[in-house]
Amino acid sequence: MDYSRYWNPEIAAVPKSGIRKFFDIVQTMPGAISLGVGEPDFVTPYHIRNAAIDSLLDGETQYTSNWGRLTLRKEIAFYLKNRYGLTYDPHTEVLVTVGASEGIDLAMRALLRAGDEVLVPEPSYVSYRPGVVFAGGVAVPIKTEESRNFVLTPEELEAAVTPRTRAVILPYPNNPTGAVIDRAALQKLRDVILRHDLFVISDEIYSELTYSPEGHASIAGLPEMWERTVYINGFSKAFAMTGWRVGYLCAPAPLMDVMVKIHQYTIMCASTQGQVAAEEALRQGREDDYADVALMRRSYDHRRRLMFDAFRQMGLSCFEPLGAFYVFPGIRGTGLTSEVFCERLLKEKEVACVPGTAFGACGEGHIRCCYATALDKLDTALSRIADFVKTL
Amino acid sequence: MENSQIELLQLLQQDCRMPLEKLAVMLGEPMEAVGRMIDDMEKRGIILRYAPVINWDKTERERVEAMIEVRVTPQRDEGFDAIAKRIYRFDEVKSVYLMSGAYDLLLLVEAHTLKDLAYFVSTKLSVLETVTGTATHFVLKRYKSDGVIFEGDAQDKRLAVNP
Repeated sequence: MDYSRYWNPEIAAVPKSGIRKFFDIVQTMPGAISLGVGEPDFVTPYHIRNAAIDSLLDGETQYTSNWGRLTLRKEIAFYLKNRYGLTYDPHTEVLVTVGASEGIDLAMRALLRAGDEVLVPEPSYVSYRPGVVFAGGVAVPIKTEESRNFVLTPEELEAAVTPRTRAVILPYPNNPTGAVIDRAALQKLRDVILRHDLFVISDEIYSELTYSPEGHASIAGLPEMWERTVYINGFSKAFAMTGWRVGYLCAPAPLMDVMVKIHQYTIMCASTQGQVAAEEALRQGREDDYADVALMRRSYDHRRRLMFDAFRQMGLSCFEPLGAFYVFPGIRGTGLTSEVFCERLLKEKEVACVPGTAFGACGEGHIRCCYATALDKLDTALSRIADFVKTL
Repeated sequence: MENSQIELLQLLQQDCRMPLEKLAVMLGEPMEAVGRMIDDMEKRGIILRYAPVINWDKTERERVEAMIEVRVTPQRDEGFDAIAKRIYRFDEVKSVYLMSGAYDLLLLVEAHTLKDLAYFVSTKLSVLETVTGTATHFVLKRYKSDGVIFEGDAQDKRLAVNP
């Protein structure tokens, strides 16, 4: 049967994630060390897991409100106010989603009309462009420069705006580069955003994993930006809760009304135990000043410095990442493309990294290495990479 | 105590053989400064010894271990300190803790054989005049010690490449 007669060609044409391609090869190599993961190497803190178990034993096996449990939404609202100075009404402006990924999808589907353009700074996470396409929009990549710390500049933004531009994605702290954006840089973008009446989709899933002394700044905290921002965050990275699939999305109430419709008819609600666990994470964090997060952040920070230093020692150009848990060293000097570098590194030295091109064409010349990996494995991986680079 | 000192101690506790260069990189401090911090903490008795965590069960060496609860009569002016000192002088005694609750001192005792351990309790420990009672619990198996899992699955459960 020729299925291409039935499917939607635009969806079918979306390429598979470049990250996934390596998965099949790695699976066949038991000795391989993977720096290709995109999740914490911690398990969810014990008290959080336990809260979910208690809830199950208590028989909390029903749907929650479409919006998510109000107690959780209140915790989220408190957390955002407390941590980032953002004000959202837990009744009408906070929606609990199935991971931040659902938040991205909801934002696109609610905001875009057929043919609307969305600006996607790259290199960036693999879901944005497909998300735009699935919503009937057109993704317009903007190449960010390593020389400017992979931060989107007002000039780059301005140059990409057309009459069809509806929104811009702000993916900071950034996967895969580890770039962060500070308040001053956001301020400059704000002027362009306001001038062209753009909407902002701000994916701040890595906000807790920021290692700069200034900490994380959200665009939604700038004057006149709250009104035009969809704020996306979740529990996966900060609380080591990837498998629970709980995120949240915040936006002004009228827009939220639209987004909730999609969520209500397609998802119903995020899993009840995931929500209970998330609530415990925030409740405990409120009491102990987010000690779990601080502990994990410190551990990532140690490894971040180690990785950054190691790549520099190898003679590779390496931008100092100040967020997330990735380094994005440049491998152009080796004469190999990202894809070939990663394939050969995996086959010859059994270390898996992700080619920079998985995160947009402008990721060519880079590889993404995740340092959320046990220290002894990182050491082995780094010395294998160093050996590999020497042979080139 | 500064945060950097605590972070340094935590790193050393994970791996005390970590080279100074690496510690310095991970802490984002100059090597000399880290070296000074370590010297200082050694002098102040914060760092007492650098020792590996050993799973003796995997060796041929014969060895028995027991936790012994000890009830004692505290002495005027000295409290429990004098008796604790008399007890920790025995080579068999690896750790001594003053406890709250039903007994006073908890000892971790190690001996070559079961007989040696019994001999220690009956001829050295119980006969001390301030010791009023003991309860010996033999260690059958060590699952986790000093934060290290000895027995069981501590494997990385993540998919190799994701998401």
